Amino acid sequence: MLTATVLVLFMTLPGLALFYGGLVRSQNVLSVLMHCFTIACVASVLWIVVLYTMAFSDGNAWLGNFEHLGLKGIVSGDLTGDFPETVFIMFQMTFAIITPGLIVGAFVERMKFSAIILFTILWLVVVYAPVTHWVWGGGWLFEMGVLDLAGGIVVHATAGISALILAAMLGPRSDFPKKLHIPHSPGMVMIGASMLWVGWFGFNAGSQLAANESAGMTMLVTHISAAVASLTWMAIEWIKNGKPGLVGIVTGMVAGLATITPASGNVGPLGALIIGFLAGLVCYFACGIVKNKLRIDDTLDVFAVHGVGGIMGTILVAVLGVEMFGGTGVESIGGQLKTQFIALGAVIGWSAIATVIIVFICKATTGLRVSQEAENTGLDQTEHGETAYNFE
Amino acid sequence: MKLVKAIIKPFKLEEVKEALSEIGIEGMTVNEVKGFGRQKGHTEIYRGSEYTVDFLPKVMVDIAVSDNVVSDVVKTITVAAKTGKIGDGKVFVQPLDDVIRIRTGESGDEAL
Repeated sequence: MLTATVLVLFMTLPGLALFYGGLVRSQNVLSVLMHCFTIACVASVLWIVVLYTMAFSDGNAWLGNFEHLGLKGIVSGDLTGDFPETVFIMFQMTFAIITPGLIVGAFVERMKFSAIILFTILWLVVVYAPVTHWVWGGGWLFEMGVLDLAGGIVVHATAGISALILAAMLGPRSDFPKKLHIPHSPGMVMIGASMLWVGWFGFNAGSQLAANESAGMTMLVTHISAAVASLTWMAIEWIKNGKPGLVGIVTGMVAGLATITPASGNVGPLGALIIGFLAGLVCYFACGIVKNKLRIDDTLDVFAVHGVGGIMGTILVAVLGVEMFGGTGVESIGGQLKTQFIALGAVIGWSAIATVIIVFICKATTGLRVSQEAENTGLDQTEHGETAYNFE
Repeated sequence: MKLVKAIIKPFKLEEVKEALSEIGIEGMTVNEVKGFGRQKGHTEIYRGSEYTVDFLPKVMVDIAVSDNVVSDVVKTITVAAKTGKIGDGKVFVQPLDDVIRIRTGESGDEAL
């Protein structure tokens, strides 16, 4: 569990930070790194103070109680399963770090830093902690038997939907969609994405909370899905554009990983092949639909890749988790599908409504966007007074 | 005297430099520049979205020459920099009033 915890933190710092950092313009790369790092710090403190007890103490069906505020009452000898509760607290903390980190991709290049911090705090308290309790902390969806091993619902659906709503309310970058900005460093994107791939083993296999045969299968299917989705995305680009691109293949990988996440504890290798293929196919076209049809500047495709992937995996586990496809733990496709859809409906609805309210609060207090001049200049200088690259 | 400014494809710089050396041109100034002509830029596609790149990387070579070698210089550049494909660049010839060598104070043709 110690290793898994380290791997999941490695996903955000430096994985996600570099992945997102390479995708923006050179004058905004430092701001993206700053967002990821700051969110990691904010989420960590908040997790200890209030989020852990909201998510994982007994409470009721909707929310944990507040008996462990500031981790009060937890001593080093306490156990979760057969490992220390402190390790479980740390492991789950890394999930609370990466989830709002994913949303960064929706608002890069234009949102005020102060608004980002306020949004993160409110979102973690209002969306992340309650949903975690519902699904993993013994809440009502947990009682219904929802399947979500590592966060297709808790992490990817919540972050994806909130990213879409936030991007729509924040508004597009000033020259969207007339002029889109080319990723300034595809090499950095690939390095960050590769770190995400490695870290995802801690994310999914670690969620089995044991180093056993289930964790082994989870790791295997996670890897298969990522590879198949990468190749699928690459093949689509090759056919459609005539050239297979680096940014494309690594995005396919992230889509494959996000999609397998909720299903990774219940599907077998055959299920992982199917999930990987569908992840590459569906998420690729979802990118175009969000930007070109809906005209929402979800800048780094958080919803199309994480949201759509997480939602799709949450549905597919009910089908591919049956024995016929080499899966385990799903007896009735129909019954499980019903539970999965109820969970998705509730979480998507809650995330959307809460995000709208949180964005209004941010708008009224910190303000949401930087000035037009700051946006053109780049946030590195205007928000942080530093630049990522100094050429002398 | 004339100032010859040639905008060429970056990978042709070495060939142009060697061809000019062969006809006795011993000095030039090179700048990395960006621009576009009739070919415009090109498009790149990331995650299904098309991005237009307006400005393409080029190299600009400045050479100050005597009037009697201008045509040779222009011809040499056009031959050496040519690929036959769009975007090969252009050569501009401008009048040059004077040239001063800073070390010696010489001016005009003497300073070339």
